Amino acid sequence: MSAIANRYEFVYLFEVTNGNPNGDPDAGNLPRLDPETNQGLVTDVCLKRKIRNYVALEKSDAEGKPEQSYVIYMQEKAVLNQQHEQAWKACEIPPDAKNGYKKLPADTAKAKSLTDWMCSNFFDVRAFGAVMTTGVNCGQVRGPIQLAFATSIDPIIPLEVSITRMAVTTEKEAEEQSGDNRTMGRKHIIPYGLYRAHGFISAKLAERTGFSEDDLALLWRALENMFEHDRSAARGEMAARKLIVFKHEHPMGNAPAHKLFDLVKVARTEGEADTPARSFADYQISIDRDGLPAGVSVQEYL
Amino acid sequence: MAYGIRLLVWGERACFTRPEMKVERVSYDVITPSAARGILEAIHWKPAICWVVDRIHVLKPIRFESIRRNEVGGKLSAASVGKAMKAGRTDGLIALADEDRQQRAATVLRDVSYVIEAHFELTARADASDSEGKHLDIFNRRARKGQYFHAPCLGVREFPASFELIEPDDVLPAVPADLRGERELGWMLHDIDFANDMTPHFFRAVMRDGVIEVPALRSEGVKA
Repeated sequence: MSAIANRYEFVYLFEVTNGNPNGDPDAGNLPRLDPETNQGLVTDVCLKRKIRNYVALEKSDAEGKPEQSYVIYMQEKAVLNQQHEQAWKACEIPPDAKNGYKKLPADTAKAKSLTDWMCSNFFDVRAFGAVMTTGVNCGQVRGPIQLAFATSIDPIIPLEVSITRMAVTTEKEAEEQSGDNRTMGRKHIIPYGLYRAHGFISAKLAERTGFSEDDLALLWRALENMFEHDRSAARGEMAARKLIVFKHEHPMGNAPAHKLFDLVKVARTEGEADTPARSFADYQISIDRDGLPAGVSVQEYL
Repeated sequence: MAYGIRLLVWGERACFTRPEMKVERVSYDVITPSAARGILEAIHWKPAICWVVDRIHVLKPIRFESIRRNEVGGKLSAASVGKAMKAGRTDGLIALADEDRQQRAATVLRDVSYVIEAHFELTARADASDSEGKHLDIFNRRARKGQYFHAPCLGVREFPASFELIEPDDVLPAVPADLRGERELGWMLHDIDFANDMTPHFFRAVMRDGVIEVPALRSEGVKA
């Protein structure tokens, strides 16, 4: 598979309704907030996790066995752990990469063949890179895709929702409540938030990892659909709303990334300025196509 | 400084990790010469040239923010990749994010903007086709058009850097009032000497009216 030959930048807009898009472990799982502006944040790694999960779902059969060359290296435990354990034993590979095998192959060609093999087999290594202790290249593969933190368009107001459970965990608790058996819990939600993320895809780094046109199409599919397969009690209703892709003719690019991002404006619909946004209809998205630099084309998904 | 360039870089966040606080990352107050070099190399670099950062202008007040994230602890081992290659199967070669999880806080910079003043020198690997003018032209052309080899970043890849070339006749943006005066930034990483077993070199960074003079890597005052 030949690598992509164009540089890309993309603006990705997604929304959350009555949910928590990304909890902050520092703040008791409250939605992440930018303390200076009160805008909501979603980290780059949070979005990458969802892309990986989507690819794992799309590219695996009914038993969870991944299709060739679309294996995910950095897996979440939920994916059929037991089967994997059997495979580990069959291959006689120690269960933890940290134990032993710390020596680097001194031979550059050998190190390169390892890297190439990883790239051709694992989607996430090909797309995002991975730190490998292969000695060359400071021991890492840099992937072509780079994501930045997603920020909400408007400040968000997290709500704390108290909930009750009509059961207790231990008998001791039950005794203390003399059979009342109720516990309180908390959920943190954002009533509504529209988030904007920026991404970069380098054609030159894609050459090195072999990130192909098929992979690119898969990435766009993942961004379009990943929230559809990530439902949970905490997330509420999340949905991808818009994916605007800037394609450069030249592999090095035809215009500065920040100027392209500036072409995409997200504003409140007229007459709604001081009311809280509660749905996607409260926003309008405009792309300044007249200001598009020569050699750059726009593709819109969703 | 016949072949000097000036590049304006800015971004919403940055993390130039202090080596002594890299588990729970804490950023230096300002961009390091090493990170500045990385940004220049992201735009243009060839084995024939070597970027030297001369001066760093700090254009925004120094402010921090803390972010905690779930990260994985382990790295991929070359030996297990070799084994999996031999076995011809990938199913054993995975890292379980849930089992190798670490929560790490990062204290990162907010809303940064710098001017990097730098020049390059030709290395021993330059041949007859390499001239200073050629590489300078390539760099300037790319920087003017916003082209890059890979997207430059402010210390870590999740914090992308926007950049703009400052033409030789342009005036530099003004330094804000609270960066005026002299400020000691302490010992700071200068760069890593990859030729000598990745030895880190440090220098005493002093910011005078927002400007940090960067000494040459092999000069006095730079300690390995």
